[in-house]
Amino acid sequence: MMTATRGRIDVRGVRLSFARPGIDPLPVLDGLDLSVAGGEIVTLIGPNGCGKSTLLRVIAGLIPADSGSVRLDDALIAGPDPRIGLVFQEPRLLPWRTVAANVGYPMELGGVPAPERAERVASALDRVGLRDAAHQLPGQLSGGMRQRAALARALVLEPDVLLLDEPFSALDAITRDRFNVELLKLWGRLRTTIVVVTHSIPEAIFLGDRVVVLSRRPGRVVADVTVPLAGPRTLEDLDAAAVTSAARAIRAHLDPEVEAA
Amino acid sequence: MRSTTLLTVAGGLGFLALWKAIVVIGGYPTFILPPPELVAARLVTGWTSGQIGPHAAATLVEVMLGFGVGAALGLIAGYALGRSSIVARVVSPYLVAAQATPILALAPVLALWFGPGLLGKVIIAALIVFFPVAVSAMVGIRSVDRGLLELGRSLRATRRQVLLTLEIPAALPSIFGGLRIGITLAVVGAIVGEWAGAERGLGVLVNIARGSLFDIPLMFATLVTIAGFGVTLYLVVVLFERRLVGVR
Ligand SMILES: Nc1ncnc2c1ncn2[C@@H]1O[C@H](COP(=O)(O)OP(=O)(O)O)[C@@H](O)[C@H]1O
Ligand SMILES: [Mg+2]
Repeated sequence: MMTATRGRIDVRGVRLSFARPGIDPLPVLDGLDLSVAGGEIVTLIGPNGCGKSTLLRVIAGLIPADSGSVRLDDALIAGPDPRIGLVFQEPRLLPWRTVAANVGYPMELGGVPAPERAERVASALDRVGLRDAAHQLPGQLSGGMRQRAALARALVLEPDVLLLDEPFSALDAITRDRFNVELLKLWGRLRTTIVVVTHSIPEAIFLGDRVVVLSRRPGRVVADVTVPLAGPRTLEDLDAAAVTSAARAIRAHLDPEVEAA
Repeated sequence: MRSTTLLTVAGGLGFLALWKAIVVIGGYPTFILPPPELVAARLVTGWTSGQIGPHAAATLVEVMLGFGVGAALGLIAGYALGRSSIVARVVSPYLVAAQATPILALAPVLALWFGPGLLGKVIIAALIVFFPVAVSAMVGIRSVDRGLLELGRSLRATRRQVLLTLEIPAALPSIFGGLRIGITLAVVGAIVGEWAGAERGLGVLVNIARGSLFDIPLMFATLVTIAGFGVTLYLVVVLFERRLVGVR
């Protein structure tokens, strides 16, 4: 299986702007540095539009940086990489395929033979608790189930790194708490490196070993707060005094408008 | 489901009743408007005597070939138009111009060039099928969710895989909209082609029945046959659509 040292991410001096017709390019990432150890969970938090999703896309090899580099275990990321699993804010399931066929999609593209595919789909669906929905179409599922299916799809290639872009933001608060607990359980078994973007300070603290705070656009790292919680977490941990002070530290670096959101 | 089928049948019966009523009340002679039962009887004898069959077969071949060729070219063109805005900008005006030229005016020219055989009819049917299929394919390809395309890219899908697993499935509902229109137009195209000059076909039979035979019930029986072709072929397309698109 996986050793904890795999899945180390190094983002060095990444600069990126988007071309805009007629006007100056829009600078989105401004010399951003970020290191994530293998098997670590880092949560990214920052104002709306500061470049969090863009950063995940750069790490995933979907957008090339203008300058700077992204390395995974010392190898440069130059394009989409099967060692990296990406979950978007929306589930992005193929609506004409069953859940099982959606989860098997990455393997189908990769040429994994059908019998092996079926086996791995079944175990991925088990992992996210979707075994009974295997033959349903996405349209028949709740939003939460769809997002689980998207997670199963990202896990099915057994990536070393999981990038999650506000994965549960469309869900209600209670479902979201439950999903976060499940995500940590899953991580406890797989020990993949996880980078997760979130809007919520409590969620960032609950999930993260570290919380990385980004500035307003163009995004830079303005704070890197280590979460003072050890061992398996429960939602009650969020009431600990150490957590409160971490939250205060994070809030101090965020713009007031985000705090209100 | 059941009740809509009933409604359809009721509508058909209502149409026949209206037809009969017009004949009776208006007192029209058979050579102007034959009553439905006479047309029905003539339809049966026309088929059993082998009078309609060969013409119907000729038309069916023209329709199928014309539809096949026109739809295939329409799909390819629609894909190119949908994928490349440059192609769309350069080619669209010509497509629209070609589409705006009445096929009725074009048919004699094609008959002149290709003679009274199969080829001219196939070309006319294909021409008339091409446009709706091309437009629907273009719209369908453009409708592919950008998020799904990005997903495909993140999973390192090849061009071919993107086409087969994302673009085509996403475009299918729209494409079938074009195919439904196309199949009915293919029938129109074949008949128009036959009118412009042919030795065989249902369009020819309409002319023969009205002219040299002066068999007006046969003429109507032929029209019924043409309509029947249209409906049947349309239903075949719908059946394929159910198979391929299903419920989403
Ligand atoms: N493909 C793109 N082309 C042009 N501008 C983009 C693109 N993607 C994102 N942007 C812009 O870049 C900025 C950062 O976007 P994003 O990374 O999605 O922010 P966040 O996820 O932090 O809310 C936004 O202003 C957004 O409008
Ligand atoms: Mg975002």
